[in-house]
Amino acid sequence: MQRYSLLALARHALSHHQNWQRAWRQPPLRKDYEVLIIGAGGHGLATAHYLAREHGITDVAVLEKGWLGGGNIARNTVTIRSNYLRDESIPFYVKSVALYEQLTRELNFNLMYSKRSMIDVVQTYPKLREIRRRMFNMHNHGSTYEPISVDELRRRVPPLTGGGPDARLPIVAGMVHTDAAVCRHDAVAWGLARSADDQGVEIHQNTAVQALLRGPDGRICGVETERGTVRAKKVAVAVSGHTTTLTETLGLRLPVKTFNLTAFVSEPVKPLIDVIVNCPDIGVYLSQSDRGELVIGGANDPGQSYRRDIKQHVFEDAVVAMLELFPSFKRLKLMRQWGGTLDIAHDASPIVSKTAIPGLHVSAGWWGGFKAVPAGGYTLAHLIAHDEPHPLIEPFSLDRFKHLDYVLESGTTAAR
Amino acid sequence: MLLIHCPHCGPRNETEFTNGGPARSTRPEDATHLSDAAWVDYLTVPNNPMGWVQEKWWHNRGCGMWFTIERNTVTHQIQQAPDHVG
Repeated sequence: MQRYSLLALARHALSHHQNWQRAWRQPPLRKDYEVLIIGAGGHGLATAHYLAREHGITDVAVLEKGWLGGGNIARNTVTIRSNYLRDESIPFYVKSVALYEQLTRELNFNLMYSKRSMIDVVQTYPKLREIRRRMFNMHNHGSTYEPISVDELRRRVPPLTGGGPDARLPIVAGMVHTDAAVCRHDAVAWGLARSADDQGVEIHQNTAVQALLRGPDGRICGVETERGTVRAKKVAVAVSGHTTTLTETLGLRLPVKTFNLTAFVSEPVKPLIDVIVNCPDIGVYLSQSDRGELVIGGANDPGQSYRRDIKQHVFEDAVVAMLELFPSFKRLKLMRQWGGTLDIAHDASPIVSKTAIPGLHVSAGWWGGFKAVPAGGYTLAHLIAHDEPHPLIEPFSLDRFKHLDYVLESGTTAAR
Repeated sequence: MLLIHCPHCGPRNETEFTNGGPARSTRPEDATHLSDAAWVDYLTVPNNPMGWVQEKWWHNRGCGMWFTIERNTVTHQIQQAPDHVG
């Protein structure tokens, strides 16, 4: 792999940047691999990267329906954090934040990782109680969560001028999660792809998987793609939103529903907010990107949906909620809006698990899966390599539903 | 925004309604003698097709009625659910 550095940049300047090596190859699709990963999104590529790096498994193909980095890795709000509620969830996300912090160096790819606090704006006492409970749990697991006064909150977030004593929902408290960060989402996909490719993994774009295939012994034996049949002993499905579309080709039903989640960005403005602001009571959160755009997320459209556009009123609800707290933002133009499909499990926690079909693994149920990309890939790679779950994802197996042993999580950003 | 046909009030904007989730199959009669797998399936596994789902809606900013419609999860088309679904 051609390493990226200041020196390389200077050297290539001499040849007018005409001779940079391609970041990943485009090899021909073979008929047989050891491991197939469906979906070249964050989780699929991270799995490939860690399979090669941690377990030395490089006979791997990542099959992508569209283009690399065109799925939900391009449709999130780039927030990385670990302020969750459950003893099962917090260590997993703490690990993910730790892996993210070293990823730029590990991948030799600038992820523009920017550590900035997340500040929760609390407007109701029930939410304050829930968040204090989260705080005590998080302290047990080494994550950071501290209360701040309303005055301090307003000092740190200057445009937060709404929510005064006469407002519908006056601000009652603030919380700071100093581990939170943002980074460039495309860079995560590109950096992981470049690294996986360099270690021998093949990435095949425009290769939609149409069906999973099962051998006479009941094990998974490969997939049917639009470019022909590809065989493998192990298959991992990492296709947010469409997990059941694939598993149901083998009659495997999963406890997930597919939803559409909305996000949008404003026009770029001068530096205004240097933290991530989360307003759980009104269901909106935002941060400012390096380009100056405000990146804003809201609640999901409550009905099942496979669409990637968004409903106007769901989008408007989020805007109205935001303007209650940030009235000055009404002068901002909104530039782009989009939706992404998520499959949410019955208990709203992720699923990284073996399935009833030997050799078939799924990574699904991600709500806020961007922050989980490194840990999700790290643990799924462990599961594929050893056929045993990594301790961090043991609570997130499909078996939990069999025993009604749910991990009921309320730490998703817009969960109300 | 969906235009949802309330059986009592007629076609109304989606904002008048609250989504009540997928219409579930009837609760098994004799749950104690059901296999664990069938019970877990009933409790946790919804239909999740790219296509028609039956879902409940509550006209809470209107007449207050609960009813079931069929909606397409890809096109958002709506059609009336068969009478026996509730």
